[in-house]
Amino acid sequence: MKNDHTDSMEGHGLPGPFGEIPRKLKEYYDSLQEQAIPERFLDLLERLDQAERAAMNAATAEETK
Amino acid sequence: MMAAEVETETDKDFKRTMLGCLGSLRAFGVSLTGRHDRADDLVQDTIMKAWAKKSSFEPGTNMKAWLFTILRNEFYSQVRKAGREIQDSEGFYTEQLATNPGQYGALDLQDFKAALEKLPDDQREAIILIGASGFSYEEAAEICQCAIGTIKSRVNRARTRLAELLNVEGEADYGPDSGSLAVTTRTFVG
Repeated sequence: MKNDHTDSMEGHGLPGPFGEIPRKLKEYYDSLQEQAIPERFLDLLERLDQAERAAMNAATAEETK
Repeated sequence: MMAAEVETETDKDFKRTMLGCLGSLRAFGVSLTGRHDRADDLVQDTIMKAWAKKSSFEPGTNMKAWLFTILRNEFYSQVRKAGREIQDSEGFYTEQLATNPGQYGALDLQDFKAALEKLPDDQREAIILIGASGFSYEEAAEICQCAIGTIKSRVNRARTRLAELLNVEGEADYGPDSGSLAVTTRTFVG
């Protein structure tokens, strides 16, 4: 727990009830983080990558002419 | 020929690292905006922007922080463009908070989410970055382009305000600014 960043929010000598808030925040955030990444983002990255590679190959082909 | 190969390898790493950051980037977007559709638009814009300026990314530095910075800038530029329309969602969230959580230990996640949405943007992002995304105060200050002390005080105010909103006991005696409820309630920026 000591090297956990959330710890720094609990470490002010505050009583129990405040401890609930960092815990809930983490729980909420983790529930979001665990959700599957939408396919569209993976597609987008793939397309960006391919477009760039195509452009780079074209440029290389141009140079070697 | 050699140079081109090396570059491709770097690009692959860039893409792979970015893929690994998307889950937390999206969680940041959703917790910042409170809405999946808006968050996904932000994530999409962030991916495009990051890709377009990837030559400005220094390999070996913290890509997650870099992506969060881009998403955050995008968020605020959209907020500015939309004027107060987005900010002015108080009524909507008050409605969501209709059930009074009351006794602690029974804090519902929906109630927590609704309370988080009621925080001013700067306090919300500070408490998320520090309390959930796993950034240090230094990193959060860099992402938000402000002083470390500013982040600390925003986190404190966010926590006090959340305690008030969620009706958990303790804030009256221990909050640094429990008297500022009136101030924080009005958040008509500008």
